Amino acid sequence: MFNSAIGKDFDYREEFMTQVSMTVNGQAASGDVEGRTLLSTFLRETLGLTGAHVGCDTSQCGACVVHVDGKAVKSCTMLAQEAAGATVDTIEGQANADGSLNVIQQAFQDHHGLQCGFCTPGMVMSAAALLKENPKPTEAEVRHYLEGNLCRCTGYHNIVKAIMAASGQDAEAIAAE
Amino acid sequence: MPKDHGIGAAPKRREDLRFLTGTGNYTDDINLAGQAYVYFLRADVAHAKINGMNMDAAAAMPGVVRIFTGADFEGVGGLPCGWQIHSKDGSPMHEPPHPVIAQGKIRYVGEIVAAIVADSLEQARDAAEAIELDLEELPAVVDMKAALADGSALVHDEVPNNRVYDWGFVEENAAATDEAIKNAAHVTTLELVNNRLVANPMEPRVAIGDYTRHNDESTLYTTSQNPHVIRLLMGAFVLGIPEHKLRVIAPDVGGGFGTKIFHYAEEAFVTFASKQINRAIKWTSSRSEAFISDAQGRDHVTKIELALDADNNFTAVRTHTLANMGAYLSTFSTSVPTYLHGTLMAGNYKTPLVYINVEAVFTNTVPVDAYRGAGRPEATYQLERVIDKAARELGVDPIELRRQNFITEFPYATPVALEYDTGDYDATMTKLEEIADLSGFAARRAESEKNGKLRGLGVNCYIEACGIAPSNVAGALGARAGLYESATVRVNATGGVVVMTGAHSHGQGHETSFPQVISEMIGIDESQVEIVHGDTGRGAMGMGTYGSRSIAVGGAAMVRATEKIINKAKKIAAHLLEASDSDIELKDGTFSVAGTDKSIAWGDVCLTAYVPHNYPLEDLEPGLEETAFYDPANFTFPSGAYACEVEVDPDTGEVSVQRFAAADDFGNIINPMIVDGQVHGGIAQGIGQALRENTVYDENGQLLSASYMDYAMPRADDVPFYEVDHSCQTPCTHNPLGVKGCGEAGAIGSPPAVVNAVIDALQSGGHDVTHIDMPVSPSRVWAAMNG
Repeated sequence: MFNSAIGKDFDYREEFMTQVSMTVNGQAASGDVEGRTLLSTFLRETLGLTGAHVGCDTSQCGACVVHVDGKAVKSCTMLAQEAAGATVDTIEGQANADGSLNVIQQAFQDHHGLQCGFCTPGMVMSAAALLKENPKPTEAEVRHYLEGNLCRCTGYHNIVKAIMAASGQDAEAIAAE
Repeated sequence: MPKDHGIGAAPKRREDLRFLTGTGNYTDDINLAGQAYVYFLRADVAHAKINGMNMDAAAAMPGVVRIFTGADFEGVGGLPCGWQIHSKDGSPMHEPPHPVIAQGKIRYVGEIVAAIVADSLEQARDAAEAIELDLEELPAVVDMKAALADGSALVHDEVPNNRVYDWGFVEENAAATDEAIKNAAHVTTLELVNNRLVANPMEPRVAIGDYTRHNDESTLYTTSQNPHVIRLLMGAFVLGIPEHKLRVIAPDVGGGFGTKIFHYAEEAFVTFASKQINRAIKWTSSRSEAFISDAQGRDHVTKIELALDADNNFTAVRTHTLANMGAYLSTFSTSVPTYLHGTLMAGNYKTPLVYINVEAVFTNTVPVDAYRGAGRPEATYQLERVIDKAARELGVDPIELRRQNFITEFPYATPVALEYDTGDYDATMTKLEEIADLSGFAARRAESEKNGKLRGLGVNCYIEACGIAPSNVAGALGARAGLYESATVRVNATGGVVVMTGAHSHGQGHETSFPQVISEMIGIDESQVEIVHGDTGRGAMGMGTYGSRSIAVGGAAMVRATEKIINKAKKIAAHLLEASDSDIELKDGTFSVAGTDKSIAWGDVCLTAYVPHNYPLEDLEPGLEETAFYDPANFTFPSGAYACEVEVDPDTGEVSVQRFAAADDFGNIINPMIVDGQVHGGIAQGIGQALRENTVYDENGQLLSASYMDYAMPRADDVPFYEVDHSCQTPCTHNPLGVKGCGEAGAIGSPPAVVNAVIDALQSGGHDVTHIDMPVSPSRVWAAMNG
């Protein structure tokens, strides 16, 4: 079926593939990757974690943001091999243990902070990183922090509100000022 | 007290649960067993003859399955154009072939020259580099005026002067409009550019073709706003596959904004080639590919003249527009500068004479088609900019000049073919003055000036036309599609409801708002209603989602089908309650006999429909499923008034949007939370167009703004919180929900407000600047201020 030269002339896997292991959402994960395989590809294709999305090829849109060892990272800009041994957290691991939405996810739903949902995983992961660094950000700080996350649907209004609300601030009052 | 369910309530969106947990099902998340990958070798020159291609080395590369070129598509249909326009002289538009893969000639950077199918994407990409092209470069046609000049190079040899059509509308108004302008007390003239935009939904396009030999069926998974339309266009016009052998699935789609309406070459390719190699083929666009292959938007160059009498009444509007079509006619490209633009040129005003002339032009650039608003933003921008300029020239208040000329009586027949059913432009303007706190502007300007900034206020109105209709009128004007929507409402035996709609949700929240309507009508909980969309295998027919039509047309079809369901269910209930069906009432999920205490629950009636033991079998079929097709009697006409306040930094020319307010009349509202969100997103796109976004080609047809490094998408700190209001409601008179549609308003109404505000700011600083073309970038503002 496969009209392919792989395996005829050389063993492609042996030649180019190496195994990487990391901890993803608290569980051990490993797979074979090429040197050029991106972390986003590894998560999406090898592990089947398709929550992180790839929306650009210049590291601008932020739809692919995950946390690597607790830091927000654009997974399209990191090689899978660079994450070997690391702790990786993705959108799939963000809900509470009982499956309910966590505080940030719930705030996004409550404040209609998403429409098509494509940028949403990156937005939520960036928001989580922001609130870890800065638990009570101002509106300006939220907007500035999101410079690496593009959204084409919401005009950012409800995303900013959701993040302010997740930080325990009165988002309605802030938006109405 | 706000409602907690049904029409007008704001339940949280159910689709959010999967999007917030990373479990959405977007097309790129789908992988089929044994799938191959295609990489498209795209033209890197804008205009060239293809003298030859050597693919020997590439074909022998590891993993390569097959390489396809234009020759493989000889005898296969080209991509069709869905709207035929006739020129002033009665001749039909030029409509040259639009091949799936370039045949003999390249016409834009990004056009597909070859398709390499391989076991992996990397292998396909590697092989593409080994293809040798023998090209003879031709002069590129980029500028529209140059394209129209005698002696210009021709994008298509058979299209003289690169002119697709020369459209006049309404031709009967032409002479009288000329006369009115000649005799006017004052004429304001403005030449402007409506900048070319790239729609940029965050999800790039994806297409997966899957042919299964055992049943000779083709399935296409695609990022489409209208899978049924793709099935019809691709099946009937391109590949010759009957609809019963072709299934098109558009699962979760990450934004559309118009550019995912159209039938694209990549969709036809994967469907065609999957059958050739008997294996699924996947294509995922990179963002770089999206910039050079997604149909782009806008790109009009216009001269508009507004004539006024001595009392400042508008007496005539005359425009001439050049509309860029790019290198080929995309699916609905030809309708955008004509029937979606010219018909809106009366705006909110009782101008008695309007005449529009549009020349559509081929250039060696990416095809141009509908982008959020499609024609209506172009109309609104011209009209609302020229009115502002007129107010300045005449020394009158721009709001009062608008008010004086508002249409106030409805229905109102415009001189450009539309009949507005309802509206109250004065009410939305008054609401705007309140929510934008216009009375506080002077104080805010003083504060800005204290900080060394110039502050400006821009106000404008808009009207748009949603839900193009009716089909027979559109057909008489050249549309090659029906413009109805269908819905099938299936009630299961235990009372749950499944709605199969031809509308498609790619961010609009139909899975939440459509059940609100069913809940209102039947009185069952919204959780008992499921919306199915995006799969031609599950819903019979549909025209999809664009032009803010989903609730106005798709929602209306769902209402009609539900009415049929209720009528039948009442007959069953009447039988069970031993009453006449005319006496049966349905409220809160219970059927009762008027004036008695006899009643039966919704669920019991549904069960009886499927277990028809005690049932009038002689008069009524068992089961409870109904389909309705709804073809609207007219467009709907949302309208509103927008205000923008900007600060301009006189040292750098940088413009910052300080406040933005929108007062809209969308008629009745199903879910106000979703409506607010639609307006927010539209405003951001309008601010993006006005201040940041631009699609720039060099003189050779190379796209210079081909990534997010170069194309300035609006980011969170480019925009403020928006003040939006839709409490002014004049319900549509001709659809059963009284709704008008809200998807495009923000993008239509906002650009002129921003530019009007910038001009106001510069004027307040003593700069005699009357116009700056969009995007109003710092360099343009600085140049305007410094002569």
